[in-house]
Amino acid sequence: MRVLPALCLLLASIAAHAETAQQISQTYVAEAAARQAGFMPSAKRGDALFRQRFANNDKMPACSSCHTDSPLNPGQHAITGKSIRPLAIAANPERFADPAKVEKWFGRNCKEVVGRACTPAEKADFVAYMSEVR
Amino acid sequence: MKRIAFTLILAIALPALADRMPFPPSTPASYKAECSSCHMAYQPALLSANDWRRTMAGLKDHFGTDAAVDAPQEQEISTFLERHAGAAGKLGSAGEPPRITQTARFIRKHREIAPNDWKDQRIKSAANCEACHRGAADGNYSEHDILIRELRR
Repeated sequence: MRVLPALCLLLASIAAHAETAQQISQTYVAEAAARQAGFMPSAKRGDALFRQRFANNDKMPACSSCHTDSPLNPGQHAITGKSIRPLAIAANPERFADPAKVEKWFGRNCKEVVGRACTPAEKADFVAYMSEVR
Repeated sequence: MKRIAFTLILAIALPALADRMPFPPSTPASYKAECSSCHMAYQPALLSANDWRRTMAGLKDHFGTDAAVDAPQEQEISTFLERHAGAAGKLGSAGEPPRITQTARFIRKHREIAPNDWKDQRIKSAANCEACHRGAADGNYSEHDILIRELRR
């Protein structure tokens, strides 16, 4: 009988999560639209960004260096070897649930891998890809 | 009398505890949130207070990564690490920048591991305690719990 409350909690948290990922996306879309009228997020562009190799860091030239070629898979930190849980929401519902955490990791990883801050448009595309990839 | 009994029990238990260093119950949530994303949260006893202080002072360039945290968290994490740090005399110097893997204790404990074993793709880095020590994140470094079969003694 313990399973039932746990299941209810799980369902509730998944429902709450979907809303948050959408909210996070909306914030970036609004910021991007303010710079570029009519901006629409694109999972396809997010996919391309995920795979793009940047000439900034030879140990981790792309997102996929640590997160593997599929964000549905668990990854491994390119330097420390620590395992990383999947980025895609379909594989890991805890992703894109906390706006501050999402900003923190865009901040760190864009600086480290891309070599600059990511634009709101890039962030919106990236979140779209991670939300949609199956 | 109670004190003597306690000391005795401790003396008997200590050898078994040597490879176990659970996190203190007072571990702040900020420590695990900020310091266990790129590597596991290392137990404070793995470095001396002075080496933790130097590590925390250099977070902006933490082994090539900007791992800076905001000021209140830095304060909270530093206080925690220094309070529960290991004994400098037992650990030995951790070098510059301080590395847990450069302490004399770490080197002694791992002297049976051949240089080639460290290069195993499953390990990747000596910083990856969990590759071999299944219970490392919970402070269990027992030799009986080594994950990689070939490296078991």
